Parts: sequence; C-alpha cells; structure tokens
Amino acid sequence: MLRYTLKRLISLMISLAVASVVIFAVIEVAPGDPASFMLGVNAQEDTLAALRAELGLDVTKVQRYLNWVGGMMVGDFGTSYTYRTPVSQMITDRLWVSLPLALYALTLSTAIAFPVGIYAAARRGRPGDLTVMGATQLGIAVPNFWFAMMLVLIFAINLPWFNAGGFAGWDKGFWTGMHSLTLPAIALALPQAAILARVMRSSLLDILGEDFMRTARAKGLSRRQALWRHGVRNALIPVLTIIGLQFSFLLAGSIIIEQVFYLPGLGRLVFQAISARDLIVVESVVMLLVFAVITVNFLVDLAYAAVDPRLRSRT
Amino acid sequence: MSLLEVNNLSLSIHGTGILKQVSLSIAPGQIVAVTGESGSGKSMTALAVMQLSPNGAEIDGALQLNDLSLLNCSEADMCALRGASIGMVFQEPMTALNPVNTIGDQVMETILIHKAMPPKQARARAEEVLTRVGLPPDQFPLSRYPHELSGGQRQRVVIAMAIALRPKLLIADEPTTALDVTTQAQILELLKGLVTEYNMGLLMITHDLAVVADMADQIVVMRHGEVVESGATGHILKHMQHPYTRMLFEASGHQVSLPEPAKSRPLLEVTNVIRDYRLPRKRLFDTPEHHRAVDHVSFALNRGERLGLVGESGCGKSTLTKAILGLEDVQGGTIRLDGQLVFSGHKPNLAVRRKMQVVFQDPYGSFNPRHRVARLVTEPFYLLDSPPTGSERQDRIAEMLTAVGLTPDDMGKYIHEFSGGQRQRIAIARALIIRPELILFDEAVSALDVSVRAQILDLLAELCEAYDLTYLFISHDLSVVRTITDRVMVMRAGKIVEEGDTESVFSDPQHQYTKNLINAAPKLPDIGQIVA
Repeated sequence: MLRYTLKRLISLMISLAVASVVIFAVIEVAPGDPASFMLGVNAQEDTLAALRAELGLDVTKVQRYLNWVGGMMVGDFGTSYTYRTPVSQMITDRLWVSLPLALYALTLSTAIAFPVGIYAAARRGRPGDLTVMGATQLGIAVPNFWFAMMLVLIFAINLPWFNAGGFAGWDKGFWTGMHSLTLPAIALALPQAAILARVMRSSLLDILGEDFMRTARAKGLSRRQALWRHGVRNALIPVLTIIGLQFSFLLAGSIIIEQVFYLPGLGRLVFQAISARDLIVVESVVMLLVFAVITVNFLVDLAYAAVDPRLRSRT
Repeated sequence: MSLLEVNNLSLSIHGTGILKQVSLSIAPGQIVAVTGESGSGKSMTALAVMQLSPNGAEIDGALQLNDLSLLNCSEADMCALRGASIGMVFQEPMTALNPVNTIGDQVMETILIHKAMPPKQARARAEEVLTRVGLPPDQFPLSRYPHELSGGQRQRVVIAMAIALRPKLLIADEPTTALDVTTQAQILELLKGLVTEYNMGLLMITHDLAVVADMADQIVVMRHGEVVESGATGHILKHMQHPYTRMLFEASGHQVSLPEPAKSRPLLEVTNVIRDYRLPRKRLFDTPEHHRAVDHVSFALNRGERLGLVGESGCGKSTLTKAILGLEDVQGGTIRLDGQLVFSGHKPNLAVRRKMQVVFQDPYGSFNPRHRVARLVTEPFYLLDSPPTGSERQDRIAEMLTAVGLTPDDMGKYIHEFSGGQRQRIAIARALIIRPELILFDEAVSALDVSVRAQILDLLAELCEAYDLTYLFISHDLSVVRTITDRVMVMRAGKIVEEGDTESVFSDPQHQYTKNLINAAPKLPDIGQIVA
C-alpha cells in the first residue's frame, strides 16, 4: 500500500511539472506584451522598461518560468496586471467561496445519488426503478442554471427562506456562509446527482450479476444483505471515477451558477481575467485548477486501492 | 428415511417449461450425481432446491428436506436454511468469491450471518474448516484475499464456506469443471471425505461421466428438463436402459480411427524456443524480472502427422501456440514452417502465416456476430494475394460447408442461428478454406457437450482422410488427445517433459508428471462392451 501511494505520488509530481511547463509555454505564445497593454500605445520607452522590471518581465523566459514556479511554491503568484494586487490574495478570496461550494455540492450530490442509485438497482425494472431512471434523465437534460432560477423563484421569492444571491462571507459565522451557498449548491448538485445515481445503478447491476453475489445468497444472506455487504463496495470503483471528475468540474465550471447567484467565485475571476487579458491571473488560476484536478485524481487512486485489495498488491 | 426428497418437481420461467416432473432423493452420507448435457436442467434443479431460481420462475411439485417442505418456506425461512442446513459449491472458483473481502471474513460470514456463534468462536471455526479443506492458517492466513490464491485453493475456500456450519445437504454444481485434472482429483477426494466425515448428503451436478462413475452412489440422468433414467451407480453402469444414457456413455469414451500418417519430412520445426514475460517491477528502479513461460522447447511436426500437446493450465501451451502462429515474438530459438521462419526480424512473416490456421475453444466468442457465415468463413482469404472471387468463391464456401457437415444454404445465415457444435464446424470450415498446411486446434472441443464432441471428433477423422490434415491438437483432456493424435507431447512449467507415440505414452508413461496426470484423470468404467 505504501509503495502504491509513493508511486502515485511520484506520478502526481511529474504531472504537475509537465502541466506547469505547458501552461507557461501556452501563455507565453499568446501575443502582446502585458506592460505595453497596461500602459497603452503611447507609453514612454523608459516607463515601459520600468514596468517590465517591476513585473519581472525583463529576464529570460527560462528565468521567468523558474521565478513563476518558485514563487508559487512559497505562495507568491505574482501581481495582477490590471488590479495591481497580489494574485495569491485574489485567488484565496475566491477559493474561500468556490471550494466550500464545490464540496457542498459534491456532498449533496453523493448523498442523493448513493441511496437513489442503490434503490433503483435493487428494484430493477420495477416502478421505483423506472421512476428513478425518468427523473435522472430529466436531471441530466435540464441545465443547472434553470434549476438555479427555479430555486430562486421558489425559495427566495415565494418563500423567503434564502437570499436570491450574494455571499454573506464567512466572518458572519459558518452557518450564515453555508446558508448563502445552499441554493447554488443544490442547483449544482442536482444534475451531478442524476449522473452519479445512474452510474451507481448500472455499476451495481453489473455486480449483482456476479457469481459471488450468488455465493452470498447461498450462504444465507438475504437479497438486501447481499447487496449491502458484497454489492456496494464492489460497485464503487466506477462511481469514484465519476466523483473525481465531478469535483474538478464543480471547482472551476460553476461560472454560470456563480453568475446567477452573484457569487465571487473562481469561475467569475477567470472570466474577468480573460476579458481583461490579465494573463498572470489566468496562468495562476489554470495552474491551481490543474493542481486540484491532479490532486483529486491522486485521492481517487488512493480510494480505489482502499476499496479494492487487488490494486494494493499490484506494484 | 431420505434427507432430500424431490418429487415431481416442475419449473417454468415466464411460461417456458424448464423442468418437468423431476424426482430424486438423497440419503444422509449418500452421493447423488445429476448428469446430462447443457440445457438438461441439472443446474436449475440445484437452484430450485436452494429456492434461488431466477426471477419469474414458477415451481410446482414437492421439495422435502427431512420433514420440512421447502416450497412452503418463506424467503426468511430459506435464508435461515441456506448456508446452515444446505451448503452450495459452484463451478467457477475464480469468480465465486468476493474479490474485496478476505477469505477469513467470507468463511466467517457464513457462521455470523446465521448468528451460530460469537465472533471469536466463529473465527476459530473458520480456521478449523479452512484447515480441514487443506488451507491451514499458518500457510494461508485468514487475511488472504481471493486473488492471492489459485483456482483450486479458491474452490477449497468456497467449500469451507459451504461446510462451515456442517450442513446436512451439500449441493455441488460442476465443482471441478474449471479445474485441472490433478486439482480436480484432490477436490473430489476432499468432497468424498467430507461426506463420510459429516454424514452429509451430496447432490453433485456434473456433465463428466467419468467423475460420476467414480464418485456417485446414485446416478440421475437428465435431458431437456426430464429425468430419463436413475438408479444405483453400479446398476446403471451395467444395465442402462435408456438410449440417451447409452449415447452419453458411448460419446464420452468416443474413439475415432485416424488414417495412417504419411511418413515424410518435417513441416513445423520448433527449435529451442524461449518466451519470457516481463513481470512488474518489485521496486521503482529495479530491473524487472521475467517469467519464462516457454523454456527451450524443441520439437518437429511432420507433414501429415497429428500431434497432441497436453498440460495443465499455466504450463505454457497457449503461449507456445501464440508463438507458433506468429502472434507473439519469442525471446530465443526459431520456429520454421516448411523451412521458412515464422518471424522474420521481429515481424510475423505473412508468407508463412497463410499456411497456418487455428480453431479456438470458445465457439460463441470467436465469431463476429454481425457478419454472415459466408464472410466469416472467407476471412482467411485476406491472407492470399489473389483470393478467389465470384462463383469460384461461392463454390469454395459451399464445398467447405458441405465438408464440415453443414449445407451451402447456411452461408447466408448469422452465427447466432447455430448451436455450439455447428459453430465449431464453421470454425473448422474457416480454418480449412485456404487449405492450410498446418492447423492448430486450441482446446477446440473442450467447451462442447459429449455428444457434440464425439461428432466433431468424427468430423476431424473424416477430414484427415479427405484432406491429409497436419495438425497440432492442444488440450487438457487426455482422453480426447489419446484418440485424435498419433504422437503426443506433455508440457509442464514451460518444458516438454515427455514425448512419444500417443498410445505408448498413455499406456506406459515414463515421466512421473505424465504418470500423475494419467492417474488423476477420472476414468470411464469399461462399459463399451456391455453396451455393444
């Protein structure tokens, strides 16, 4: 298990290194000098040079790459070209909204999907299953911003339980913060839950047809006992894969929901940075997201091994 | 007083009759073998006793376990009986265990689910039964996972689970079909011992009549969901009445007579062949180790000769087959067909490839289901520079289909319209259509029912007569190899340990391993004379 973890960890490091080179190279290829973009076409040559030095643009590309990576290691992501504030500060502020929102939505979607998927699999072909299949089909087909608008209409306008948008901030207490993230989290979670429930169902159905499920029944386990004791854990591998993918999506892909609820999240930050050609912000956020995705994959790999002993012994 | 009494059991699934008026009975300490070909309903009978029939099954008749009528039991009652009073062992040990739980947990589960003992005692009992089935905890700790065990060892775990609570009745559904002969002999010995020791009744489902004759006190022969004949083993073997029973026994020991092989020069020459597989690295920067699957194998196959290759699973016979076919490169030695190398450089030599064809084991998996027979059979034409076209092509297809006992009309059909035996005929037609110089039969009759197997063996003998076939027949089934080959090689752990004329190897084996193999193989009693 230790060897497996180490191997995964090394592969994580290599992926991160490769990703940082690719991201840096791609952003460098993009035309335009940030300094002249900031100062406009009529800028003086010496002002430009000064700004370049200030922004750290006056050294070789290799040196700039090393500065960028070295800075990130100690939490220094550079200074935003447009806002003239440290990028790390901007990202941290947004991350305090996006990360809890993603986790909240993921928890909700898992909490909905597991019981629903297991319920449907246990009742294959019967009305309960058909209802679930219909509902999840709808959940996948309907875009999440529509759910968002409906939630606002019902729970913020007709019933004054939640605010229609905005984020209260964590300084007013944990529950106040969670309260303002609830509607967005639900809107994000519903389509994800629909996908996850279907994956859970089909994965479990595959397992239910396995020989060892019949063995379990022959031992005297009831259908329900066999399902819970031998079915669910074996069905988890594909489900974990999807959960990993969903988390990455929830972290960065929630821009529409952030827009609907006026949340100061990462998605909106990237959107604004791209519009303003604030390349250093884009670069940093992309790198952060890559880091998140790779880390989540690493955790999913560890979860695989925890679930399936066959992966542990395979070195 | 019998332990299990099955009386006029009928079972239908969604209105289709599967079992019709099946009756049998088992006394404590008795072994009753239910036998028959696929589709005879023997497994369904076992599942019906367990009340684990598929959804939609309707059961009629009587199932009596001691004084208890199983058909009147509720599902909860049956759960209490399964595992405690009735244990069951299945065919496929590789998949019968949950891969994510330890073997100790799985054996203990049988005990704990019935709340038969507190966990500590359950653990002790699990160790005890695992020791009894030949897996002592000092060598096979309870913390092992199924994937760390071999097929035979897994089957022992399945048996340990089934007998942990000393059930009165044990049902074994083809318990040794997926195992090698030497392992099979050990498992059968274990089952026999358990029956005597615990005074259990054993309901054994098997298609293998040699196993039946060897093990059973009573035989029940089934066909199409009906019992055609039943009685004490000795009696049935001497006085079998029903023609189906006779046909089964005759087909099981079916012999064919091959034409005399032509004495001629070697066609296939295998010299010092080595095939290594790289094993995963133990540590990150270690040089990976290798597993030598084929170890300095040399032999020659003469034109017109029928050569057998026998050995247990993992001995390297399939690897050697792949190397001969040019599907995988070798790490040492040479393979020549008709003087030409099968591998030139590291690429398979197409000029040689077209002189060889192969027939595989699985008649269901080895055809593309979306192609018609005509296209399936003519696939080897792709190897030719100028394949026949138009009416010549049609003639060749018709000729081949006729040669293997089908009709030319079959060329427009899809593969799902054929039975397993017919599919294997199509596979043979596909192999023969470009008149290859060498055919490889890789377990080509192993998946077939005995009656179908007998027909295919007859067909091979006929084709030998008509086309002067040269083939390498790879099989784990010694009785088949004995009748269908002139010469045989015995392979073990990548090496050929014995080679010689088939008849002399079988009647007077020299190597200890060959002797073990032949002794372990269950033998059909000599009923040929009685029946004739």
